[in-house]
Amino acid sequence: MAATTLYDKIWNAHVVSTEPDGTCLIYIDRHLVHEVTSAQAFEGLRNANRKVRRPELTLAVVDHNIPTTDRSKGIDDPESKLQVTTLRDNTSEFGVEYYNELDERQGIVHIIGPEQGFTLPGTTVVCGDSHTATHGAFGALAHGIGTSEVEHVLASQTLVQNKSKNMLVQVNGKLAAGVTAKDITLAIIGETGTAGGTGHVIEYSGDAIRSLSMEGRMTLCNMAIEGGARAGLVAPDETTFAYLKGRPKSPTGADWDAAVAYWKTLKSDEGAHFDKILTLDASKIQPVVTWGTSPEDVLPITASVPDPMSFENEQKQASAKRALEYMGLTPGTALTDIPIDKVFIGSCTNGRIEDLREVARIAGGKKVADGVHAMVVPGSGLVKKQAEQEGIADVLLEAGFEWREPGCSMCLGMNPDRLEPGERCASTSNRNFEGRQGHGGRTHLVSPAMAAAAAVTGRLTDVRTLG
Amino acid sequence: MKAMKELTGVAAALRMINIDTDMIIPKQYLKTIVRSGLGKGLFHALRYDDNGNDRDDFVLNQEAYKNSKILIGGDNFGCGSSREHAAWALDDFGIKCVIAPSFSDIFYNNAFKNGMLLIRLPEDQVEDLMRQAEYGSNAQFSIDLEAQTVTTPDGNTHSFDIDPHRKHCLLNGLDEIALTLDKGEAIDGFEARQQQAHAWLTPAT
Ligand code: SF4
Repeated sequence: MAATTLYDKIWNAHVVSTEPDGTCLIYIDRHLVHEVTSAQAFEGLRNANRKVRRPELTLAVVDHNIPTTDRSKGIDDPESKLQVTTLRDNTSEFGVEYYNELDERQGIVHIIGPEQGFTLPGTTVVCGDSHTATHGAFGALAHGIGTSEVEHVLASQTLVQNKSKNMLVQVNGKLAAGVTAKDITLAIIGETGTAGGTGHVIEYSGDAIRSLSMEGRMTLCNMAIEGGARAGLVAPDETTFAYLKGRPKSPTGADWDAAVAYWKTLKSDEGAHFDKILTLDASKIQPVVTWGTSPEDVLPITASVPDPMSFENEQKQASAKRALEYMGLTPGTALTDIPIDKVFIGSCTNGRIEDLREVARIAGGKKVADGVHAMVVPGSGLVKKQAEQEGIADVLLEAGFEWREPGCSMCLGMNPDRLEPGERCASTSNRNFEGRQGHGGRTHLVSPAMAAAAAVTGRLTDVRTLG
Repeated sequence: MKAMKELTGVAAALRMINIDTDMIIPKQYLKTIVRSGLGKGLFHALRYDDNGNDRDDFVLNQEAYKNSKILIGGDNFGCGSSREHAAWALDDFGIKCVIAPSFSDIFYNNAFKNGMLLIRLPEDQVEDLMRQAEYGSNAQFSIDLEAQTVTTPDGNTHSFDIDPHRKHCLLNGLDEIALTLDKGEAIDGFEARQQQAHAWLTPAT
């Protein structure tokens, strides 16, 4: 039999039917739903008198819109409130399991899927959200869809798809101290550009990837979309199985054994064909930071703000010039000389327990710099509880961080957490687009360790220089 | 879904690469629970100043381009989030076709589901189109989906590729969900086989 990739294998196992032109109907095993991209889909079902085909394969949660302060007294913003109650009503009408804003299992949709054992290796996972790529960390084929497709999945448990191409990103060697999964994923986008993965599914491999924890692999795959790829994948291994064992929705008993036996077959064959290959030396990756308004605008923290004229073509030069104006930066400024106003720690990229431990490790015993507002938003209620039990919350509160309720928060500022015009933020989220964190806000994407370092010094800082 | 066979109209050129979905429709418009009415938020930050007045330097605010049906953009158009609101906003404004060297995958899908046509052309051809779009309201472009061609105001014709399934759905205005539900037996069969082979896939409740 011809050698196939991990992506080929999962794809082949989910083809329901194929059209003469190659378009396929693909079965969807897991569907996650949140309040922002689902209302119009349920409305569509209702208008056409359709049901949800298999409600038990869909899990719904509120995350984007909800405040991260005390929620027991309800939501002030009437529009946010309407979106939240609409999801509540839709899930109850259509029989879908739903975690509301007071449920301890509530959190960012891409954090709770894995946490509950809903996300499993070898499955197809979709959600009306581009960062669905996160779930690829488990060796699941996971990608974001639009609202029309959400409706399609609800009605039929399938999607009409064309197969993507295969791309391999190998990261070999050992990471240096102070360098994390976030730096790897940003460094990759720095290499490929934001469109480098368009039309492809990326498989990440190499010993640097193998040695990442599940949290690190989720951070890595989360940003596959920022490199343009539909999905990122890491082949499942013992680390994956250990993470999943005993989770509420993980298989148990004989089912678990059968599942693990199957999951062990999920890897690319020797000699399988990849349409694109990128190889990186892990030891050369440094802690990075973005300077512009696209995730590809990335540089090692030791570098300086670039000169727009140094870019290869006119379009890129114009784009860099616009980015620097927006960011209020002057070419030649050392990145470590850039003062910040805010620090945001959280999001589906870096809102997991390991991320919070890292922040506590760097900031513990220090103080948030004067004039800096630093906010920690755990990715889920369970992450929050665990961090409180481990004493992380106390360490961070003592250092002067704010400790919030779980949600998307200032990753996109749909709730009250946002940057004011001109404010500069070191953020562990995934998008530095203009206005993303608030109109006129200036975002520098960094790892949790680098965000912690920035919080205590009040400027972008090389975490390796902190004693 | 609405069918589309041909389209004739003015094209507006937006000379930027990486036009992301936050730019196309920012977060304050995502709180809606309906699909309609998003045209007013299209390109909000580029289109309005801080007081909410139109910015003269933005192409869609200029008299000649206010009724554009076609938008021409730079590489990686529609990158970023999966929000279908981006397609809804363009459609609601009146843009039925976007032409660019490349699009993000999710935006590309979303637009077609809403009866819009996205056309990929090589960068030099897009540049030529942008240049001709600048002639203003006399510069009419016409697009023929059946023939897969764009004809520019100066009479040149560019051919484009599109996959047959999308073309078929768009030409006939087909409802994809209804098409899929017609394959109910194939889906039943798949589920039965999957249950047999991988019983662990049914989640614990
Ligand atoms: S945390 Fe940010 S990127 Fe992740 S799902 Fe929420 S809004 Fe999207």
